[in-house]
Amino acid sequence: MLETNRYHRQILFAPIGENGQEKLNQSHVLIVGAGALGSSSAEALARAGVGHLTLIDRDYVEESNLQRQQLFSEKDMKQKTPKAIAAKQRLSEVNSHVRIDAIVGDAEIDLLRQIAPEADLIIDATDNFDTRLLLNDIAQKYQKPWIYGAVVASYGVTFTVLPDKTPCLQCLQEYIPANGATCDSVGIIQPVVQRVVSQQVTEALKLLTGNEAALSGRLISFDLWKNEHTEIEVDALRKADCPSCSEKRSYPNLAYDSRLKSAVLCGRNTVQLRPQRKQTDLDEVAKELQKNKQIKLFQNPYLLSFEVDSFRIVLFQDGRALVHGTMDQLEAKNVYHRYLG
Amino acid sequence: MKIMVNGNGLEVREDVKHIKGLIDFLELEDKPLIIEHNQQILQKEEHEKAILENGDKVEIVHFVGGG
Repeated sequence: MLETNRYHRQILFAPIGENGQEKLNQSHVLIVGAGALGSSSAEALARAGVGHLTLIDRDYVEESNLQRQQLFSEKDMKQKTPKAIAAKQRLSEVNSHVRIDAIVGDAEIDLLRQIAPEADLIIDATDNFDTRLLLNDIAQKYQKPWIYGAVVASYGVTFTVLPDKTPCLQCLQEYIPANGATCDSVGIIQPVVQRVVSQQVTEALKLLTGNEAALSGRLISFDLWKNEHTEIEVDALRKADCPSCSEKRSYPNLAYDSRLKSAVLCGRNTVQLRPQRKQTDLDEVAKELQKNKQIKLFQNPYLLSFEVDSFRIVLFQDGRALVHGTMDQLEAKNVYHRYLG
Repeated sequence: MKIMVNGNGLEVREDVKHIKGLIDFLELEDKPLIIEHNQQILQKEEHEKAILENGDKVEIVHFVGGG
C-alpha cells in the first residue's frame, strides 16, 4: 500500500508519477559500502520509497566519519556501532516502510552471488577498486546496472554501467589508478559527496522507474572547489574483447584467488585480516583476553575491540579483524596471532 | 594560446603544442587520464599527435577510489 501523501511531491513529478512510485516500492537496491556515499544514497532512496535496500559494510563508526557520513551520530561513534547496523537504525526512523537488510562484512563473491540476482541495481559506495571490479563482474554476470561513484578532496566522478550497452569498468581498467593516489590522504569535503550521490541516485530513480532514455550515458566528473564540470562520451572505450563484458567473457574478477585475504585500508593506518574460519564467539574471545590485565576491552553485540601496545584490534562476529596502528600486513598478522591465536 | 579545459578558459604557454604537452603543463603526467579533444576520445598513444589550436576544447577525467 502506497501512502500517497508521503510521496505526493515525487508522484507530481511527471516522469515518475503513480506508476513510477509503485515501481520504486517494488524495487530492491543493493548499496555496497555504507560510508559517505552509501549513507547519503541510502537515505535518499529510503526517502524516495524504494521498497527494499540491502546495505553491506565491513567497518564501524568512528569520530572522523561524522563530518560527512550523514546517517551516523555521536552515539554510534561512542558505541562503535557497525556502519551497516547504525545505518539501518537511522533509515528505519526515516522510513519505517522500507525493508532494510544490513550486512556487517566484506562484499565478497559468495555474498554478492546471493544478493545480486534479486537486486534491480547496484550502487557503488565502496572505497576501493578491488571491490568495484568484483561488483563489475557480478553485475555483468547477472545483467544488472551498477552506478560507479567516487570522491576525494573536492573532486567526484560517476558513471552508470549498463550491461551490453556501455563500457564496463574492466573495459576502462587502464584508467584505474594503480597506487594510493585515491586514499583519503588529501581529505574530503562533504558537499562533493552529495554532488556524486545526487547523480547516482537520480540515475537509479530513472532506471527503477523505467526512464532509461533519460540516463546520462556519460562519464561525469567535477571539482567543486575548482568550479569544473566535465562530461565525456566513453562508448568508444568499450572493448570488443573485454574479459568481463564481451562475448568472450570469463569474469576474471570473480576468480577466488584475485581476492586478498588481508588488505590495507585506504589512508587509515589499518590492516584488515580475513581468516579462513568464519563466525567467532566474541564472548569466548573476550573471556580469554580478560586474563591479561594489560588489555583494555570494549564489546558491543557486533564486535570486540581491545588495545594493546600501540595497536587497537577490532574483531567482528564474521571472524574479520581490523588491526589499527599499522599498515604492514605482516606486522598485523603477527599481532593477530599473538592475541587471537 | 587560449583553450577550454573542463569548461574553463586556460591560457597555455607557446611551447604547449599537443595534448601530451598540455598534460605536462598541468602536471598530470602521473595519472591515467581519459581525455576528450574537441569531442574525440583519445587513446594514450595519440596524445602526442593531437595538435592543440586556439579555442580547442579539452575534457580531462581521472578515476578516484574514495567513497
